[in-house]
Amino acid sequence: MFDLVWLIPVFPLVGFLINGLIGRNFSEKTIGWIGALSVGASFVVALLIFQDLLRLAPENRSVQKIVYTWMLSGDLSVPVGFLMDPLSMIMILVVSGVGCLIHIYSIGYMHGETGFRRFFCYLNLFVFNMLILVSSNNFMLMFVGWEGVGLCSYLLIGYYYEKQSASDAGKKAFVVNRVGDFGFLLAMFLIFSLFGTFNYGDVMSAAPEKLAPGGLMVTMITLLLFVGATGKSAQIPLYTWLPDAMEGPTPVSALIHAATMVTAGVYMVARCSVLFALAPVSMTVVAVIGGATAFFAATIGMTQFDIKRVLAYSTISQLGYMFMACGVGAFASAIFHLMTHAFFKALLFLAAGSVMHAMSGELDMRKMGALKGKLPYTHMTYLFGTLAIAGIFPFAGFFSKDEILFYSLQRHFGFWLLGAIAAVMTSFYMFRSVFMTFYGKSRVEPEAAHHLHESPPLMTVPLMILAFLSLVGGLIGIPILEGYHKFGDFLNPIFAPAKAILDHGVHHAEHPSVAAEIALMAVSLGIAVFGLVTARYMYVTHVQASDRVVEKMPELHNLVYNKYWIDELYDYLFVDSIVKFSKMLWKEFDELIIDGAVNGVAKVTRGIGSLLSYLESGLVKDYALSILFGATVVIGYLVLR
Amino acid sequence: MVDVQHYLVVSAALFSLGVIGVMFRRNLIVILMSLELMLNAVNLSFVAISRYLGSIEGQIVVLFVMVVAAAEVAVGLAIAVAVFRQKGTINVNEINIMKW
Amino acid sequence: MEAVLFYALAAVTLVSGVFVVFLRRPVHNVLFMILAMIGLACLYILLHAEFLAMVQIIVYAGAIMVLFLFVIMLLNLDEFVMPSERRKVRYGIGIVLAMMLIVFLIPASRGMLSGAGPASVPADMANLTNTEIIARELFTTYLLPFELASVLLLAAIVGTVVIGRKSAR
Repeated sequence: MFDLVWLIPVFPLVGFLINGLIGRNFSEKTIGWIGALSVGASFVVALLIFQDLLRLAPENRSVQKIVYTWMLSGDLSVPVGFLMDPLSMIMILVVSGVGCLIHIYSIGYMHGETGFRRFFCYLNLFVFNMLILVSSNNFMLMFVGWEGVGLCSYLLIGYYYEKQSASDAGKKAFVVNRVGDFGFLLAMFLIFSLFGTFNYGDVMSAAPEKLAPGGLMVTMITLLLFVGATGKSAQIPLYTWLPDAMEGPTPVSALIHAATMVTAGVYMVARCSVLFALAPVSMTVVAVIGGATAFFAATIGMTQFDIKRVLAYSTISQLGYMFMACGVGAFASAIFHLMTHAFFKALLFLAAGSVMHAMSGELDMRKMGALKGKLPYTHMTYLFGTLAIAGIFPFAGFFSKDEILFYSLQRHFGFWLLGAIAAVMTSFYMFRSVFMTFYGKSRVEPEAAHHLHESPPLMTVPLMILAFLSLVGGLIGIPILEGYHKFGDFLNPIFAPAKAILDHGVHHAEHPSVAAEIALMAVSLGIAVFGLVTARYMYVTHVQASDRVVEKMPELHNLVYNKYWIDELYDYLFVDSIVKFSKMLWKEFDELIIDGAVNGVAKVTRGIGSLLSYLESGLVKDYALSILFGATVVIGYLVLR
Repeated sequence: MVDVQHYLVVSAALFSLGVIGVMFRRNLIVILMSLELMLNAVNLSFVAISRYLGSIEGQIVVLFVMVVAAAEVAVGLAIAVAVFRQKGTINVNEINIMKW
Repeated sequence: MEAVLFYALAAVTLVSGVFVVFLRRPVHNVLFMILAMIGLACLYILLHAEFLAMVQIIVYAGAIMVLFLFVIMLLNLDEFVMPSERRKVRYGIGIVLAMMLIVFLIPASRGMLSGAGPASVPADMANLTNTEIIARELFTTYLLPFELASVLLLAAIVGTVVIGRKSAR
């Protein structure tokens, strides 16, 4: 089966081509199912390859297949090659699996939209690029996918391009991502100049010899890589595009801005685990940025009223968790959380989309409430997602988040504290959204109340599948009992070299006891429940409580509610200054100097021409005279010389 | 035996006469004739030098010059006729429409 | 004998040339031009270029000059009166430059080549007549230019017809 790996990205590409090139007259159903089934086919192929991979011995689970040589120039040889190892397999399965569900959901959700075909084309193109990103065996091809998903993200955020805010958001996402891509590119150049290859395997195996641990070079490479990751994965300081990206259709938010694309940064950091392990400074930076983002985004999430924005900040916060896990060396936990997060965050977004669908596009939670009866399936699934993200036993998020907190505590108490506080807030704002949306008194506007209806099965079935996955997804990685952490065992061979470097020379504390682990789990659970109870108190039983809190500290609320004015700060610092500078260039440099030079040249030429035109009398005699003059001068020169 | 220089001097004198004609006269027909005179002067020096060098190329060139001259005269006279029809004059100082 | 002939022919040619340039009536110009052509043809014979001499008479004196005459008579130009010249300065400059040309050219011609030439005829063609030599060269070495010359003449014919049409559209 390994030889067929190229089929995985090709299926969505074919779907994209069919819909894009000849889909003009297809019905919505045909287009939608072509899109969904092409991704589904990828998923099936990926499953078969996954089975083959499982049959191999754990240390042999890394298979490369070169399809053809893409670039060959001097020392540079970049193949279109695929790498199948546990890490990329998990990513491929998540992307194609969740992607397929979201495609199916979109058939129902996008029903009747004007750009239905365009939407599915972009979506398939996105899946193609994402699969290239996660399955390539070298940095160059990964970068192709990296840019490709950026492009699709831009296209899909700006899907409602007639809306000013949507097209602005698309541009913002693209530009902010460019900043990160710049770092990624520089890191790639450094890697090539140092190793002479882009292949992951070659780079990682050569890294410990070529790079001094903690050296300047490796620190620079990893920090630049991390800059790329912050752009793609919406971390401080490049996170501002993600909340705005919610202007896109909800399935897009679910697929791109929750489950897959934004996790590309985490994947990349995990893929380069050896390099990061060699650079302790970068590890610390990653952990601190990740923890800070987790905390920071969660605070903003608590105050937002737009249901999709709450989820957006929650995504940023969860991505922060993943980076924190990477930073403390728990790469496997980061990928574990990535996977469970893909399940429950996609679920939450899709459920939110279902609410939107029912509410005729209303996003403001202040205009919802008591939707539980009207939307039973949506309510159930949303609740499942919330329980999972809040970390309530035995939902998926509980295991993955607990694992991250556990490793953070091992590294430093500060990280644990940051994570734990973020977890409280996560639990709080997620339950807040549940209570505001589905419980309490109905604040639905009468007009919208008429149309309230549960979504069609095309949408609810994917929701239920995802809800099921959110429930059981964590069970493959039970942390305490060594040997039952199937997920970790599966991934660990990938991260073994990094782990060896990290553990090298460090005197490790003895393995914490089972009792300590259970205690920590209890604390995690307690945290989640605390958030739940607080939210219930403020939004169900004592509705006025939240307002009172706001009144007590209006400045703080104002600050957080306005997202710390980070957007405004960036506008002031970067956007405005660049705009001003560009305007200056336009007005002063372009119009005065460039245009002046061009026009000046033209004017001078015209002036000379109009002077010379006096010579052009139209009289043959004058021309003959000048010829004679020239001939006389030449002959005179030759004779008198 | 006459030296080749003699022929060249005659040729130079004839050529200069042609130039004077072109500069002096205003009648388009006469100017064309003066041009012919210049061409003939050049032909003479070609033939003389061909003789001097004992090479036949000079005479061949003269033949081609004659071809070109015939073509030039034919077109030139046709233009003269056309100009006369249009403007009623063949005074070259009154024909100055060929300018911007 | 040759020298006498040369000086006589040169004198005829140059005097005719002067008349060509300075006589006022175009018909006289043309007639003296024919005389100059005949003088040149005789000079060619002196130079042992018999073929060219004949061509000179047939083409120049016979065809081209008759063409001039035709045009002059067709347009009735013989009586044409030119208004007086208004561009005296340029006129003067032109004459001065032409005189300078004479001053430059004649000494140059005199100083350029001296003595009799190396050989009168190429050695391998010593037993051929002038016409035969030219024909041989023209149809072997210079075949392509020869054909091109015919194309040039064709173009000239077409051009002349187009330009000379009575009503150009």
